Amino acid sequence: MASSNDSIKKTIIVAVALCLVCSIFVAGAAVGLKPIQQANKDLDRKRNILAAAQMLQPGENVDAVFANVEKRLVNVSEGRFATDEELAAAGVSVDSYNQQAASKDPALSVALSGDKDPASIKRRANFATVYVVKDDNAKARIILPVHGYGLWSTMYGFMALEGDFSTVVGFGFYQQAETPGLGGEVDNPAWKALWEGKEVYNEQGEAVLGLVKGSVDANDPQASHKVDGLSGATLTSRGVTNLVHYWLGEDGFGPFLAKLRSEGV
Amino acid sequence: MSEVKKVLFGPILANNPIALQILGICSALAVTSSLSVSLVMSIALTLVTAFSNLFIAVIRSHIPNSIRIIVQMIIIASLVIVVDQVLKAFAYEISKQLSVFVGLIITNCIVMGRAEAYAMKNGPAMSFLDGIGNGLGYSAMLMVVGFFRELLGAGKLFGVPVFETVQNGGWYQPNGLMLLPPSAFFVIGLVIWGLRSYKKEQVEEPEFKIAKNSRSQEAL
Repeated sequence: MASSNDSIKKTIIVAVALCLVCSIFVAGAAVGLKPIQQANKDLDRKRNILAAAQMLQPGENVDAVFANVEKRLVNVSEGRFATDEELAAAGVSVDSYNQQAASKDPALSVALSGDKDPASIKRRANFATVYVVKDDNAKARIILPVHGYGLWSTMYGFMALEGDFSTVVGFGFYQQAETPGLGGEVDNPAWKALWEGKEVYNEQGEAVLGLVKGSVDANDPQASHKVDGLSGATLTSRGVTNLVHYWLGEDGFGPFLAKLRSEGV
Repeated sequence: MSEVKKVLFGPILANNPIALQILGICSALAVTSSLSVSLVMSIALTLVTAFSNLFIAVIRSHIPNSIRIIVQMIIIASLVIVVDQVLKAFAYEISKQLSVFVGLIITNCIVMGRAEAYAMKNGPAMSFLDGIGNGLGYSAMLMVVGFFRELLGAGKLFGVPVFETVQNGGWYQPNGLMLLPPSAFFVIGLVIWGLRSYKKEQVEEPEFKIAKNSRSQEAL
């Protein structure tokens, strides 16, 4: 028995049988659990969007609150909502569009380099997903996706703005892998609360909101454009400043928000 | 009965896979910065070790010697993928934190080591218990390391604040080093020291003896 185990025939039979059994097992688990995993992912994303807009009270049903939010696509370089013709030509639909995946697709994104890429994102999708709040009682009017490179990782987050399209309602990251306890403090609720009420744009309409080293001096006339930096995380702080400047600046949502300000949503 | 007890509880103190066999150090460094993540990692590893031991023991008399390592790897890898999928479906938050480390259970030396050292030579029932036992030994170590790292590094236990940190207006200045992987080396080192002071038989024989100092006159 033991010696026949090492024959070529037995070796091949065992290898093939084992591979078959294991692949059925693995494939079964992956396919069977896929719907639950997808639901988890969607729920997590919705929760983060609503958290940035401060629309979610503890214990509320995420889907019910999310019904007040409309997903729309923005043509970033033109600075306006994408038209149906554009989307049809690019072959994307609002419901299934995934900005993160589109950023990697050469047909749906533009390459950025040097000065044009302060947030180190390399490629920017032509269309960005924004969330327009329809509920008049909510403070937030629009929720913008932002991302950029910190120290170790690309940080993905949402920034919610008020009806003047400059005042921040809330800001938070839903995906990051910065150093826990240092750069990872971008997830600290106390720090995120500092963003509320800050102004993104100065009188000249430039996106100037950013982090400073240490704490913001309350008497500083520019205090509304400054947020406390993260102590011990200079590079993560710089990354956050860069991504805010990029995404709300001229190459990001700047023109789009200017248009909203003059024409309304 | 005593054999079962030895297989099941021996690896916790007497034959700890991390402290004595020095296996599975990599993940013990990576996932122990918070207790809840350590706990899930411990459960996942215990299940994978137990079931891989079980399946390998069941087919051990049919495994050709020439491909036995690959056969073990396939079984372990399949189990790990299933565990990963289950976590993503039912514990999404934690699977996000564990991210790549669940996949790395495949390369965890404990799983492979127990399959090769125990399951290839023993029956399914005992092998299953051996897997659970070694999983418990790994878990015990992970929980100890996680306890100290989360408490000293973030002032929390299972995410619940114990020491109010300076960032939140309290008194405790968290030790950032404890949140970085190297600190696990210090904690594991101290635990091994403690364990070997208590159980002297774990102290290894020195490989060489240092010769006595000779006086300079004699050396001349």
